[in-house]
Amino acid sequence: MSVSETKSMNRRFLRTPMREQIPTIRKSNYHEVPYGYNEEEAVAEAKRCLQCKKPLCVAGCPVNVQIPEFIRLIAEGEFDAAAKKLKETNALPAICGRVCPQETQCEGLCIVGKKGDPIAVGNLERFAADWERSAGKVAVPPMSPKNGIKIAVVGSGPAGLTVAGELSKKGFDVTIFEALHEPGGVLLYGIPEFRLPKEIVKQEIDYLQKLGVKIECNFVVGKTQTIDELMAEDGYAAVFVGSGAGLPSFMNIQGENSVGVYSANEYLTRANLMRAWQGTAKTPIFKGKRVVTVGGGNVAMDSARTALRLGAEESIIVYRRSESEMPARAAEIHHAREEGIIFHLLCNPVAILSDEKGFVTGIRAIRMELGEPDESGRRRPIPVKDSEFEINCDVVVIAIGNKPNPLIPTTTPDIEISRHGTIVANEADGRTTKQYVYAGGDIVSGAATVILAMGAGKVAANTIIQDLLS
Amino acid sequence: MSNAILNKENLAASAWRYRIHSPKIARKRQAGQFIMLRPVPETERIPLTIANADAEQGWIEIIFQVVGRTTMFLSGLDVGDEISDIAGPLGHPTRIEKFGRVICIGGGIGVAPLYPILCSLKDAGNDVTTIIGARSKAHLILEKEMKEKSDKLFVATDDGSYGHHGFVSDVFNQVQDAGDRFDSAFVIGPVMMMKVVSSLTLASGINTVVSLNPIMIDGTGMCGGCRVTVHGKTKFACVDGPEFDASGIDWEELIRRLKSYQSFEEKERNEHQCALVQ
Ligand SMILES: Cc1cc2nc3c(=O)[nH]c(=O)nc-3n(C[C@H](O)[C@H](O)[C@H](O)COP(=O)(O)OP(=O)(O)OC[C@H]3O[C@@H](n4cnc5c(N)ncnc54)[C@H](O)[C@@H]3O)c2cc1C
Ligand SMILES: Cc1cc2nc3c(=O)[nH]c(=O)nc-3n(C[C@H](O)[C@H](O)[C@H](O)COP(=O)(O)OP(=O)(O)OC[C@H]3O[C@@H](n4cnc5c(N)ncnc54)[C@H](O)[C@@H]3O)c2cc1C
Ligand code: SF4
Ligand code: SF4
Ligand code: FES
Repeated sequence: MSVSETKSMNRRFLRTPMREQIPTIRKSNYHEVPYGYNEEEAVAEAKRCLQCKKPLCVAGCPVNVQIPEFIRLIAEGEFDAAAKKLKETNALPAICGRVCPQETQCEGLCIVGKKGDPIAVGNLERFAADWERSAGKVAVPPMSPKNGIKIAVVGSGPAGLTVAGELSKKGFDVTIFEALHEPGGVLLYGIPEFRLPKEIVKQEIDYLQKLGVKIECNFVVGKTQTIDELMAEDGYAAVFVGSGAGLPSFMNIQGENSVGVYSANEYLTRANLMRAWQGTAKTPIFKGKRVVTVGGGNVAMDSARTALRLGAEESIIVYRRSESEMPARAAEIHHAREEGIIFHLLCNPVAILSDEKGFVTGIRAIRMELGEPDESGRRRPIPVKDSEFEINCDVVVIAIGNKPNPLIPTTTPDIEISRHGTIVANEADGRTTKQYVYAGGDIVSGAATVILAMGAGKVAANTIIQDLLS
Repeated sequence: MSNAILNKENLAASAWRYRIHSPKIARKRQAGQFIMLRPVPETERIPLTIANADAEQGWIEIIFQVVGRTTMFLSGLDVGDEISDIAGPLGHPTRIEKFGRVICIGGGIGVAPLYPILCSLKDAGNDVTTIIGARSKAHLILEKEMKEKSDKLFVATDDGSYGHHGFVSDVFNQVQDAGDRFDSAFVIGPVMMMKVVSSLTLASGINTVVSLNPIMIDGTGMCGGCRVTVHGKTKFACVDGPEFDASGIDWEELIRRLKSYQSFEEKERNEHQCALVQ
């Protein structure tokens, strides 16, 4: 093999790198970390794709994006067509390209990944969507004539947004009801700006409004009006519930209600939705000098990285299993390490320590070792005897998970709820046990992912179309 | 025009009553419920009790005291202005029954949330004795309204400028000493007052309900910032409350958590000693 041949072989197996803000700079600003591909980079990466006849990657994507087709269009320089191709199956490619756990989905199954780096499907998806948007090519798709049927959507997270978009295109009169004062769900108040710029979320929502979707904020379904009232009094023919898994879990350990202990939801909401990171914000937040975040998922990584950006000198993650069990996206763990986040793995807090005024001064933790796998298939952490130690800190963020929000379950008496508090809905069609009420996203699955919420939204939209139009 | 201020009235020193066009909330609300309100986008979302409402005419009333930045901005709005965001009605309604003889005790701005509860208690046929208090006569609110609804009303001021000279707790003791007995008590006011007064009512064997006012952010159960410990269990005041059985409350924790942001707020106040407060 000649040198140039080896070189081209290597290129085939090496991913076109994504340029990023360097860690020392980005850890004190809120701008997005990766810059995104430029046109040459995108074309180069797209050309690596083998255009498989039986693409494995597609099977790994929960909404079956036509991956080889859109990548081929990028390779040919047809960026606008690539974006339109993506949108046939995925209404929010700019978002999914940024936040999907690609390594376990599309990219995880890419055939090239068996020998080298899998094709950067996520980066390319993001590129096409960003290109379309910045070129001003976002167009309103063909719309069915209005049919006058009113649909209510509860919650404006990815599940609700997807349902609303799909049904609006089909001529339905769709209103989204959102409890908070701005739409977007976790995309807005959870995932931070440096990972998902809020401008992108806003533009996606503007786009939905162009499709005719109405959004009513500050409307708490179950309280302002119940689902039954929306249907019986206001004439909504069907209701989709996408109210998410918004109720934070705590550990129930001593000292957990000390001043300076936040749920990740509160911490990230104060930082994102209430804009504590912009100098102008008025929602106060403790900008700890040493911040301990408990947990190992995306939410924990986001909290720990937000702490740095709010000015923490040290940001520490405490997680009870080892790195390979961490549910966070690989990219987030990698970025967190680069930014200098300290990982205390295989240990778990047993108490939160505070001073006489109730302010946090540290945590007491115990070391863990991994035993036999539990129901989740991950090895169960077991405390090591007499291994307690203390970590000093002035802020603690608890990021150990969210449970379903009980507002809808408790105010909709005839809807079946699982023992985990989730709404029971048929995965294949999104139907709940209540007629003409559908559900999907985290309220059904428990805390999951953006793309799964969107997938569930799409399934429910199709069923609603079937149930109401035929 | 939803959220428009229909009427604005100064009730006492830095206490205001607003009537707001809000037909949906007016139709649904029950005693004990609150709204989350953001006067203008540059301010925080704060919880305020729905003090009164008319479903037919589509309005709700709030009564609030200017204590910090957000309430200061709110007090700067005028009739005709629209409030940026209002969500509600939130929280569990008060559990109203025919208890028999009820004592309602309110302090400071806490008299405002007590008023709708008193009205519902009367509608349910209870015999209600009410004690309200304030720092001084100038701070006293809703005396006329409370008197109209109560079977008996007592007033106390800390400085003696009106009514009994002293605290509502003293008046409660006197009422008890005079031989009055109660089946149920509702106590709302500053945390210290609720702590002291409920210890007295509980000591007399009266079931006592208090309405807690921890710091809230979303008011829908999403953040956990409003958590309080009741009977050793963590509860979210916005979705599990705001009313709780007084006998189980960890008052010290609530007091510490309410003071969390004091240093931030003092800084704010100093920076914003604006003309609005006057
Ligand atoms: C910090 C964080 C980081 C994450 N990172 C990733 C990631 O990198 N990749 C990924 O794929 N996933 C990630 N996730 C998970 C992902 O965001 C969720 O799975 C997804 O948003 C679920 O969508 P949803 O539409 O079901 O609900 P949500 O996004 O939770 O939206 C629900 C909406 O409903 C509203 N609502 C609730 N109750 C009512 C009511 N009664 N009336 C009206 N409105 C109501 C809520 O206010 C909210 O706006 C992350 C989650 C968090 C918290
Ligand atoms: C369920 C509920 C119902 C309420 N109903 C009313 C009402 O009907 N009328 C009314 O005037 N107030 C009511 N409050 C209190 C009101 O929400 C606060 O006064 C308000 O949030 C202060 O906002 P601010 O920005 O003006 O002051 P900030 O600058 O936030 O605070 C100023 C001062 O008030 C204290 N404070 C902050 N938040 C609260 C709070 N939630 N409760 C008590 N003190 C607080 C701070 O410690 C500080 O000393 C209620 C609170 C709750 C939780
Ligand atoms: S939507 Fe997500 S999983 Fe599907 S192709 Fe795009 S990045 Fe991959
Ligand atoms: S499996 Fe990989 S190489 Fe094959 S089509 Fe999908 S992205 Fe391209
Ligand atoms: S205010 Fe956020 S959970 Fe109660």
